[in-house]
Amino acid sequence: MISQLSWKIGGQQGEGVESTDRIFSTALNRLGYYLYGYRHFSSRIKGGHTNNKIRISTKPIRAISDDLDILVAFDQESIDFNSHELRSGGVIVADAKFGPVVPEGVDAKLFAVPITSIAEELGTSLMKNMVASGASWALLGLPLEVFNKAVEEEFGRKGPAIVEKNIEAVKRGADYVLELAGGPIEGLKLEPADGKQKLFMIGNDAIGLGSVAAGCRIMSAYPITPASEIMEYLIKKLPKFGGTVVQTEDEIAAITMAIGASYAGVRTMTASAGPGLSLMMEAIGLAGMTEIPVVIVDTQRGGPSTGLPTKQEQSDISALIYGTHGEIPKIVLAPSSIEECFYDTIQAFNLAEKYQVPVILATDLQLSLGKQSCETLDFDKIQIDRGYMVKDIPDREDSSMFNRYAFTENGISPRVLPGEKNGIHHVTGVEHDESGRPSESPVNRKKMMDKRFRKLAKLDVENPIHLHAPHPEPDLLIVGMGSTGGTIDQARLRLNGEGITSNHMTVRLLHPFPVEEVREQMEKAKKIVVLENNATGQLANLIKMNVGHHDKIVNVLKYDGNPFLPSEVFERCKNAAGNLTQEELVKNGNL
Amino acid sequence: MATFKEFRNNIKPNWCPGCGDFSIQAAIQRAAAAVGLEPENLAVISGIGCSGRISGYINAYGLHGIHGRALPIAQGVKLANRDLTVIASGGDGDGFAIGMGHTVHAIRRNINITYIVMDNQIYGLTKGQTSPRSGEGFKTKSTPEGSVESTLSPLEIALASGATFVAQSFSSDLKQLTSLIEQGIQHEGFSLINVFSPCVTFNKVNTYDWFKENIINLDTVPDYDSSNRAMAMSKLMETGSMITGLIYQNKEKKSYENMVHGFKEEPLAQQSLALDKSEFDKLVAEFV
Ligand SMILES: Cc1ncc(C[n+]2csc(CCOP(=O)(O)OP(=O)(O)O)c2C)c(N)n1
Ligand code: SF4
Ligand SMILES: [Mg+2]
Repeated sequence: MISQLSWKIGGQQGEGVESTDRIFSTALNRLGYYLYGYRHFSSRIKGGHTNNKIRISTKPIRAISDDLDILVAFDQESIDFNSHELRSGGVIVADAKFGPVVPEGVDAKLFAVPITSIAEELGTSLMKNMVASGASWALLGLPLEVFNKAVEEEFGRKGPAIVEKNIEAVKRGADYVLELAGGPIEGLKLEPADGKQKLFMIGNDAIGLGSVAAGCRIMSAYPITPASEIMEYLIKKLPKFGGTVVQTEDEIAAITMAIGASYAGVRTMTASAGPGLSLMMEAIGLAGMTEIPVVIVDTQRGGPSTGLPTKQEQSDISALIYGTHGEIPKIVLAPSSIEECFYDTIQAFNLAEKYQVPVILATDLQLSLGKQSCETLDFDKIQIDRGYMVKDIPDREDSSMFNRYAFTENGISPRVLPGEKNGIHHVTGVEHDESGRPSESPVNRKKMMDKRFRKLAKLDVENPIHLHAPHPEPDLLIVGMGSTGGTIDQARLRLNGEGITSNHMTVRLLHPFPVEEVREQMEKAKKIVVLENNATGQLANLIKMNVGHHDKIVNVLKYDGNPFLPSEVFERCKNAAGNLTQEELVKNGNL
Repeated sequence: MATFKEFRNNIKPNWCPGCGDFSIQAAIQRAAAAVGLEPENLAVISGIGCSGRISGYINAYGLHGIHGRALPIAQGVKLANRDLTVIASGGDGDGFAIGMGHTVHAIRRNINITYIVMDNQIYGLTKGQTSPRSGEGFKTKSTPEGSVESTLSPLEIALASGATFVAQSFSSDLKQLTSLIEQGIQHEGFSLINVFSPCVTFNKVNTYDWFKENIINLDTVPDYDSSNRAMAMSKLMETGSMITGLIYQNKEKKSYENMVHGFKEEPLAQQSLALDKSEFDKLVAEFV
């Protein structure tokens, strides 16, 4: 019995790859396995090769694997494209319909199952997904009853006849493959999981759920990969709480509508990816200048321009921090797990209102779209802090306006919502005085700039970094952000095996940069690897700029659109730990 | 009930003496009082331009945003608090050049706000460049040989976009303008009021006298029926949009807020935010 394996399904986009994956993994989740999914897809809707890979484990897992145990293929292209990943002795389950062949040099067992024919015999080729997942399930030696229950839940609404047909399809797939293989395969039999209930969701789901929990009631957004799921989740949920999602005409409207709604007192957010964030920049400056809280999600994808819209990248870091013209206080948070996508979304709303600044939540495509197991989310941890809001303002003798932008010690001024008597003030992106009236006075200008920035001088964010630091003086400090953490941990195990000690730091608060926390860890390490999915080392540059230690920092970059694999991280960190010169490192592909 | 004086604040507009925008300011103040608003229940959201300064010159909640984006901001305000009366306003460049995309979609969306465009056929704040509303051949700093681009007809576009309230007025006609703003505020849905507002400094063609000579007041047109969209469209085309008055109103169509699924009747801004545990558990259970 094994404790973890990797499974992948490939086919043409639109022919059931997604649904096979969904049904198969939902059933595994029910048994309590930890899952980590990766979707390879392109911008086409129908046609074009697509594949979904899941890692299945009895222990928590947060990374894709280097290799593959089972490949389910709906066409020969899926075999040709993916079989190199199979470990020696791995298994291919392919549709007999296309006469599958194992490419030369690949050491894999092929089971040709008449997936399409079985589905058609049962009434419709749409049931290919059930046949294929039934066959996969049987190979792992898992009991069919659990799978059938998942099928019942998926199709229950459509009536018992449909449920039965699908269960039959699962059984036929399972029986056929077991007959070919002569029973479950020893090297694929999975140890039982702990059976404990886990959630199984993508980061975007967690952000959507987090925003509902945070009290967000309006979302304005424009569709874009890989952010749209947040909007699609919220349009299902917000009307239940009296709110709504507005699909605006563009991202400029999305952010400005969010600013308007937030100014009028509703927790509002927008979500987009690089191209949309670029369009929003001027308005983010308005939010900063007028001290209107707003939450913006950036699900980073391959840039620049349209770039690689369905691929992994972490290349918006600098743009998010420095993108607006002029200077405003803002907060950029980068969650690194599904749980954090949930809790950080809530925190983003709290920080936005507490400090009256725009807060950007930066994920990346793999975190936003990779479906993963997640520990149960804790209701008691949900807290709502609306910051310094005032009501029932006493009458004033004179006809002066309310000092919405009063100079205070911590820079945070009283916020009042439209509708409030005696609270009238002006709001403008023009430099203004305490009541919001435009002012070009140099004295006022300086005081206002200082006031706005003073707000973040005492920014209170718990866990600005996450740390696994078992070594007092490690050979390496590996720094990452977003979805790369699990992969780094896998690589560290192997580094340890080679006698290379490493600590791991995830930067969660990208801006304002947690200088002291980061410095402390950097000083202890002999070398520092900064690992990120971009070409110019934006996170590394941020660290150099804020902390220093230029000579100890080695870049590990990947910008081909794919997430890091544990083996790559291992190799490149090993290179970094050695006594190679910068030039040699470049040759070794570190940069 | 507040009088129009209570919608005045003590800030002196920085508009040039004689600028058409003064009357629009006065008309908004009068209309707000006439429909029975209190200053704190009015929000004026404006864009950037000479005209955009208007939100700072009215004693009400006001937001002076960024160039071309008054409408999405205003729609956000209204969605957050539907008890507020929301007026968006700005210049012809603001609404029909950089913000034209928002204008068309705000019209389609039909959220219950009033949009007043202060149309001087020129860019005032940036000191006299051509606008989408400038006439063909109009000489400006950016079109020294005369503009060769067609003049935009935003009211025709509005009708074609499904507008439920379209009106036009002239800043000299305070009475008509005030009445149209009142009607716009009371209309359920998006109301567009384009106001000819002469720029005395940079536009020497479209002057007060020029407008007086060229505009036709719809009150003087026999049998004009403002509920007839085809008639509205042909009148605009026939006159080159040089008409004032209520051009078109559709009283049947409900506003976005009253149509969109699940949207609360009480202002969202006054709702409590916390979920109860059972609601949360239900949401979480979807991911098991
Ligand atoms: C994004 C952006 N581009 C350009 C400007 C400069 N700008 C300010 S107002 C304006 C045009 C003003 O014309 P209009 O909207 O007709 O207003 P008016 O001044 O005539 O009332 C321009 C181009 C700006 N503020 N923002
Ligand atoms: S420049 Fe023209 S539009 Fe601007 S304030 Fe002067 S007259 Fe009015
Ligand atoms: Mg103008």
